[in-house]
Order: sequence, then structure tokens, then C-alpha cells
Amino acid sequence: MRIVVDFDLCESNAVCMGIAPEIFEVRDDDFLYVLDENPPESMRAKMEESVQRCPKQAISIAED
Amino acid sequence: MDSTTVIVGASLAGINAARTLRLQGHTGSIIVVDADSERPYDRPPLSKQILTGEWEPEKILLPAGKEDLDLEFRLGVRAKAVDLGARQITLEGVDGAVANTAFDSLIIASGASARRLPDSAGIAGVHVVRTLADSLALRAELDAGPSRVVVIGAGFIGAEVASSCRKRGIEVTLVEAMPLPLERILGTEMGKVCAQVHIENGVDLRLGVGVLQLETETVDGVEKVIGVALTDGTTVATEIVVVGIGVTLNIDWLEGSGLTLDDGVVCDNTLLAAPGVVAAGDIARYPSARFGRMLRVEHWETAIAGGEAAARRLLAEASGETPVAFDPIPWFWSDQYDRKIQLAGRPMPSDTCVVVHGSTDEFRFVALYGDGDRLTGVLGMNRPRHVVQLRALFEEGASFSEACERAATL
Repeated sequence: MRIVVDFDLCESNAVCMGIAPEIFEVRDDDFLYVLDENPPESMRAKMEESVQRCPKQAISIAED
Repeated sequence: MDSTTVIVGASLAGINAARTLRLQGHTGSIIVVDADSERPYDRPPLSKQILTGEWEPEKILLPAGKEDLDLEFRLGVRAKAVDLGARQITLEGVDGAVANTAFDSLIIASGASARRLPDSAGIAGVHVVRTLADSLALRAELDAGPSRVVVIGAGFIGAEVASSCRKRGIEVTLVEAMPLPLERILGTEMGKVCAQVHIENGVDLRLGVGVLQLETETVDGVEKVIGVALTDGTTVATEIVVVGIGVTLNIDWLEGSGLTLDDGVVCDNTLLAAPGVVAAGDIARYPSARFGRMLRVEHWETAIAGGEAAARRLLAEASGETPVAFDPIPWFWSDQYDRKIQLAGRPMPSDTCVVVHGSTDEFRFVALYGDGDRLTGVLGMNRPRHVVQLRALFEEGASFSEACERAATL
């Protein structure tokens, strides 16, 4: 699975960082950084929660 | 399973309840009823991107509403009454026809409606922002280039509408009856900071001032607003008034149902209101062990979590599994001008409030709220990372002093 963030939509609410800080990090510049674009399968539930809880619907999961 | 679940409310809580039922393998029929005739949509952009014109309505459709979840939508349909004994709900269709629908389980997620000014019905130019239709109607009038908009109420909706109008270059007068904006939620000190944010962005902010009456004129049989008379003796000329004075809960239809109604639908700590009946979203009042009192939370994230929890509660009831307590950490955000305000927790306005990072002068800071040594809130302005990291302290059960120490290390 590959994590795709639409940075035109993302407004750094940092909800995803609260769910999976090992994948998502909002830094002091207030921008979101994806630390691992290909998280392990064991992270799937947290990735799906991040997709659902993003207030801007900015995160999606690509299967490729 | 042949059972029928009726969900009243197709917004965030209702649609996430439906989605959760399906994802958990529920195969019975699911009927989703909403008085709004639009497909399920997300509300936060209504006071922001929709109003500014940055986004079109298609962009705010809820993802779960577009999934193939085999739901029977009855949109534009209003719940009128429910008979829990006979297991049937009375629905009023788009055409006004009233009919009963049988159910086995009921999910109540009927939400809230915007409060309006008394005697303002039918006056052109007077708006609320709660539904997509509301937002588009206001946007159409903003497109006409008004000289000024008067916003009544400096709560979150009022503040965001004021912000969106300023982004469009429109002059704004923001009228708040309380001495400070958001004081009852954030306390005096942070209320002052929020007031300053409006002033810095060129808003004519009138605090401690109420509305005496709307001034109107009638042209070609249409009564239009032309100004707002305020209790300080002034009158502000305007073609557009936006009223953001809170909501009334859509629970009238539950009167006489036997459910306990007390500023919401009173539930147990698993969102169960009666056997086979759960509630979620703005209308659910539940006992929070975390905050030691009954809570009713009108936040976006709580609506999602509540919808999911309510669905799981019904499934647990059916399967005999032990239900899970619903007690999330309330969290919300509000975007005003170029500031992002986020609050985690549920402080009382009288709680101690300490700025632990940054400075309020720069409108970039984190403040913690405490009741004695109990941590009750984490407030951030343009500090999302800190808020999300400090929010985790609630889960850890950190005290107020521990939270202050931790904040210093971020």
C-alpha cells in the first residue's frame, strides 16, 4: 500500500499524526511530511483510520 | 440477518453508523432518513471554502455517502414520531405524505438546526449557515458584492463567516452579546486573544452588544433587511445579516417516545438510549468517565466516532458481546483568517489557563487548561503538532502539572 496525500487539500490539522506518528509528521513549519510512503501491511488499520478521520479528505491509500 | 435498521440523520454521525454496520458484516436493510434533500455532505467547509467560492458542492460530498453500502436513502424526508413499543417510525415525505416504517433497530443522529432571530422569518438578506442550501444562498448574495455584512454571534460559525467575508474583501461588523468571543468555551484570557484576531483582520467588532431589531424596507412586496439596530444605540447599515447564535437540537420528534430527553437524547456510556436504540452526534448526551460529567459534544470528530460506536453498540447487543464505553477526547478545529484554532479536551471557562509555548501576541501558541491538577484542555493557535502530541496526555492520564512539564519539552 502507498500513502497519497493531496497537499492542496491538506491543512495540517495533524489528526493523522495523532493516529500514526510513525508515518505522518506535522513539523514546526506547519506542513505535513509523510515519513514512510509505503507503510507495512501491519499499519493498514491505522492508515484507514487516518483516511477516514482526515477533516479535509486529503489522504488516500493506493494499491500498487 | 433480515432485520431493518432505521438511521435518522444522513450527516456525519448517521452515515458513519451506516458504514460501520456494513463493514462489520451487517446484512439487514438500512434505511437512512434525512430532512435535507442533498446527498450526505461535510459541514465544516460550509462556512469556509464554500462561502469563499474556493470549492463547489461536489467537493464536500462525504466519502461514505458515495460508497456502495447498499443503503436505502430517504432524503428530504422528516422523522415526525417514533413508537418504540410497536417498533415503527412516522416519516413525512417530500410530498407531505405521512407513513409509518417498521424497524428493529434505530440510530438517532438527527443533529441540530441553526437558531434564528425571532421575527426574522421571510426577511430577505437574513441568513444562517447550517446546510449546504444555506451556504449557497449566502454565497450568491456575497457574489453580488455587498458593501458590508453584519454577523450576529462571534462563536465559531460567526467567526468563520466573518473570516470568509474578509477573505472576499467585504467589510464585516461582528456583533457579540457577551463581553468576549468564545469566553464560555475558552475563558476570559483566550477570549481576549480571539477578539484581537478579529480586530487585526479589519473586523468592526462590537462586544457586549445585543440586537435590538432588524431594520427593513419593503420593495415590490419583498421585505429586505437594510440595517441592524443594536442595544448600544447605533444602527449598522447592511444588505446582509448572518445569524450565528447557536443551534436547537432536532429532538422534537422524540417527545412522548419514552426516551429521556434532557438537552439531547440521554444515553448510557455506550450510547444506548433504550433497547435497540442508540444515539450519536450532536444530540447524544452520555456520561463521560474521563471528564466526570454528562457530555454532549457537537464536534466533527465526535460525530464520526459516535456514529461508529453507536453502530458497534447495536451489533454488540445483537451478538451478546460486551459493549465498549464511548468516551473519546473531544477535539475540534476552527479556521479563522490565517489562524487555526484547535482545542482538545473540555475545559470549563473558570479553569486555570497557562500559555506553555509560543506567545499570544504572535497568535501562535499553546495553552493548557486545568481544574486543580486535572488536565482539562489543550488549546493551540497555529500549533497543530503540539496540540496532537499533548492531546495524547489525556489518554495517559497525565495531571495538569505533568502536562505543563511535558509541553516544555516539545
